[in-house]
Formats: sequence, structure tokens, C-alpha cells
Amino acid sequence: MLRLTRLMLRDFRNWPALTVPFRAQLAVITGENGAGKTNLLEAISLLGPGRGLRGARAAELGRRAGEAPLPWAAAGRFEGPWGGFDLGSGTPEGGPPERRSFRLDGAPLRTQAELAERVAAVWLTPQMDRLFQDGAGDRRRFLDRLVWALEPHHAREVAAYENAMAQRNRLLLQARREGRAADPAWLAGLEDAMARHGVALSAARRGLIARLNAALAGGVTGGFPAARLALSCPVAAALDGSPALAVEDGLRADWAASRARDAAAGATLSGPHRADLLMTHAPKEIPAALCSTGEQKALLVAVVLAHAALIAAARGFAPLLLLDEVAAHLDAERREALFAALAALPAQAFLTGTDAAVFRPLRGLAEGFLARGGELVPDGDLPVPEGR
Amino acid sequence: MPAPDPIEHLIGLLARLPGYGRRSARRAVLKMLMRPEEAMLPLAAALRDAAAAVRPCRLCRNLDDQDPCHICRDPQRDRSVICVVEGVAELWALERAHAHRGLYHVLGGTLSALGGVGPEDLAVQPLLARIAEQGVEEVILALPATVEGATTAHFLSDRLQPSGVRVTRLAQGVPIGGALDVLDEGTLAAALKARRAV
Ligand SMILES: [Zn+2]
Repeated sequence: MLRLTRLMLRDFRNWPALTVPFRAQLAVITGENGAGKTNLLEAISLLGPGRGLRGARAAELGRRAGEAPLPWAAAGRFEGPWGGFDLGSGTPEGGPPERRSFRLDGAPLRTQAELAERVAAVWLTPQMDRLFQDGAGDRRRFLDRLVWALEPHHAREVAAYENAMAQRNRLLLQARREGRAADPAWLAGLEDAMARHGVALSAARRGLIARLNAALAGGVTGGFPAARLALSCPVAAALDGSPALAVEDGLRADWAASRARDAAAGATLSGPHRADLLMTHAPKEIPAALCSTGEQKALLVAVVLAHAALIAAARGFAPLLLLDEVAAHLDAERREALFAALAALPAQAFLTGTDAAVFRPLRGLAEGFLARGGELVPDGDLPVPEGR
Repeated sequence: MPAPDPIEHLIGLLARLPGYGRRSARRAVLKMLMRPEEAMLPLAAALRDAAAAVRPCRLCRNLDDQDPCHICRDPQRDRSVICVVEGVAELWALERAHAHRGLYHVLGGTLSALGGVGPEDLAVQPLLARIAEQGVEEVILALPATVEGATTAHFLSDRLQPSGVRVTRLAQGVPIGGALDVLDEGTLAAALKARRAV
């Protein structure tokens, strides 16, 4: 199991300095709004690859003292399937505040993929309550984060695809402005890269959805309604019936034929970057977008729990689960089911909330903390569980 | 007290070099200033000599004090095979590996629409001219495994097609000792497409 056993922060958001050991599999952090609970989860999310649970830029993360944000650092000590390691992230020494650097056991890490090999985190936040109402982009990013936890290479494929597409868009736009045709061989080279990376990333998304659906149908989610996931994406659909290399050829032909259309639009109008994640409330057979807010939350919890179990079985460690204000939105019965599921999962989970009473049933299972005034103190009502 | 001007000037020049920051530049300068006769004057002379003598080779654009360079002059080299590389650093790396017995062609970059590097900024025409003039049979595209490198390789194979020359690229993806079943699809597809007859 992957366990964060200690977190150290310096000038991160509202936290000037903090060192906190986590001794139990479940950690509960309560405090008033603005006490910095979500900031703690964000710091943990930043020990993995990506931009963390707020999608923030590195320059926004430093504590503000006067005008400019201070250089920040977040460091975690982990126990993993391969023993212990220290991971740190923060403003590079003497470097620009808009960059963030990583250190593994004190040595610099060159790529985020090296980080993804060791740490994965998945989160649910109140912002995600609008996941089913807002545009496809947020759902796609949620899906890609789930895929990333299964396949550390996925982020690289997505980045390469987006890079090639941005270059294609630029070439088409420049040529259109100058009233000429863009170099067809150059465009074909970029479309070739888009096809290769686009098919690889679509295959990974499709593979994760198939495995996740199998896990959800197998009833791993206890008291939560099973969700059924589907990918709305012609590329993924083509992979159902054709070998990957044939789908690549189809994409190359499609993009080559769409250059005039895309030049006029100023964007590539077809491809896996337009994919959407569809979710159905399986027992009721209704789309998640038509479910109540409470049921949508329950569906997301089901997905995250099934995903954690799947990743644990596939990779030997489950992602850290960061559940911001999740428990408060569930009714008492669902809350009990959540706590039971978390206790049974081989995953470390961090829960936040304003109402400490909600978490009382976790006595004996979770270690509690109170966030107040830039400090994190033990919650006497949730002492470190014995035998942990 | 501020450092005297010549020292700051030297540190400033060194700090602009790749691999140097101000801190490492300052350390190098301080070290040299301990023994200027042995560490600085020969360096200054070597810099002057290199700046005066080294030029890009008119054929392959390698950097050498002879033009054509020592590789292009070497009679033992196989003139029917040209290996295309992004820069001189990659040429030197392949030479250190003793992996290639033919000639080279330094492209001077890779295509980047976002970086403003187009075909006219690369040594593409000189490559086509060499192939037309020299009886080249095979062109090996040894470009980086990035989006830009792959795009440039694709672009060059298209441009080279009318010449009828055989175009190959480095097999990429399958690391030595890598088991096929743990590779991701993209890598596996690249390796599959780069397959060769055995
Ligand atoms: Zn030469």
C-alpha cells in the first residue's frame, strides 16, 4: 500500500510552516471554512504529477506576505510497495516562481512521468459538483487523471498529442493569414504524430473504462449506486472494430481531408481531444446529468472507490484518495457506506469537513486533526487508532 | 565591495554558456584566477585558435578545422549512406558510439510551428542536392523521438521520395531487454512499424 506518513509544508497557501505525521490509513481534517483544509489536500495532490486539485499555476501557490508570493515547498515521506521514499516539490532554488521542481530522496527528478511511477492521487472536490453540467473538458480531465493512475505514460501521450495539434493549428492559421496553402508534407508529419499519440491515448482511455465498468458491475462499491461509464469519441469507437494501425490510417486521412475546414475554424474540429465521458446511474438506467446532486456525488464516489480498488490490484498500490467536503453531502446511510468502503480499501484516504460530528463513526478507524489559525492540532475525539 | 569589472564581464560571458549558471561561472573564474598563467592564457589561446579555424563543413555542416570535414574526407567512409541528425551534438554522439560508417548531414534543428522553425530554416535543400549529386543509396533519419523530431522525419521522407533513395529511421521504442508486454501501445506501435527484415 502507498502511504503518506509525513507531510511538511513551507509557505504553501495559508500555511507558513507545518510538519504533520499521518499514522492511520484514514485521516480526517476538520475546521471552519478558510482554515486551510483544502490547501492541505492540494499540497498532497501536488506530490503527484500534474497541477493538483485546483489546477493552479505554480506561481499562485506561495504564501503571500505583501505583494509577491514567497517560494513554497511541500514534501512528503511515503511508504510504498518498494520501501520508503521522500518526495518534495516547490519553487526551484534561485529559479522562476512559475516553475515547480521535484526531488526524489533529495535528487532532482527530470520528468513528471518518473513521479507518476511512484505516486498517484485522485480527488473529489465541491467544484466537481458541476462536473455533469459543465463542458466536456472537465470530464475529460477527470477521466485522464483516472487513466494516468493506471498508466503513468498516459500524460506523455496526451501532451504529445496536444503539442502536435497546436502546431497543426498554428500552421493552418499562419497560411490562412498569408493567403497561401500550408506545407502539405509538414502538415502530414504533424497529423501522423497526432494519429499515433491520439490512438494510444484513446486506447488507454477505452481500456480503463472497460476495466472500471467490470469492477463497478462486480459490486465493489458497497452501498453506492454503480455507475456505468462510456466514452463518447469516434476514435475510441473505431478501436472496437478495427486494429489500432487501421484507426491511425483513418485519422490521418480524416485530418488531411479537413485542412480547409479546420483552417477556417482556427481549430482542429475532430479527434480524441473532443472526447466526452458519459456516466449512467446503472440501477436506474438514467444519465448522470439528470440525477440529483446527491446522486451525482454518490456516483462519483462509486467511481473513485472502484478505481482505487482497480489500481491497487493492477499496480500494487492504490492512489491516495483526497475527499474534500464529500461526507457532508451524503445522507447518514451513504456516509456509513463510504466509511465502511474506505476502511475496507487498501488505500489511504484524507477527508475534510466543517462538521466534526459527521466523522464520529470513524473513531477507532481514523486519526483526526483540527485546522485553525495556521495550525493543525490533534482532534481529541478521533485519536490515533490502536494497533496502527 | 563590488567585484572589479573584468571579472564580472568574464563571469557574465561564461554564465551564458549551456550548463553554466552564474554560480558555476563564478566558481570556474575564481579557480582560473588562482593560476592565470596555467589556466587562463592557454584557454584564451585555444579559444582564439578554435574561433579562427573551425567552420561548418560545406558538405555535411559538421564543425571542423578542415572543410570538407575529416569525416567527409575519410576514404574509408561509405559514401552511399547518409545519416541525418538534428545537430552537431548528435553527430558527435553517434561518432563516439562508432555506430555509423557512412557520412552525415546536420539539419540544424527540427520543424517547429510553435518555435517558428520552418523547412527553409533547415538544411533540406542541401541534403536533396547531395543526394542528387553523390549517388546516395540510403538516408538514415536519426532524429529525436519527440513530436518535432517525428514530424521532421515524416516531412523528410516525403521530400526524399522522388529521389528514389531508400529512407530508414532508427528503430525506437523497444529498450534493450524490454519485454514487449509491458510496453505502452504507442511505443509498441512505433517499434512494430519500424520493424526490419531479419
Ligand atoms: Zn563534412
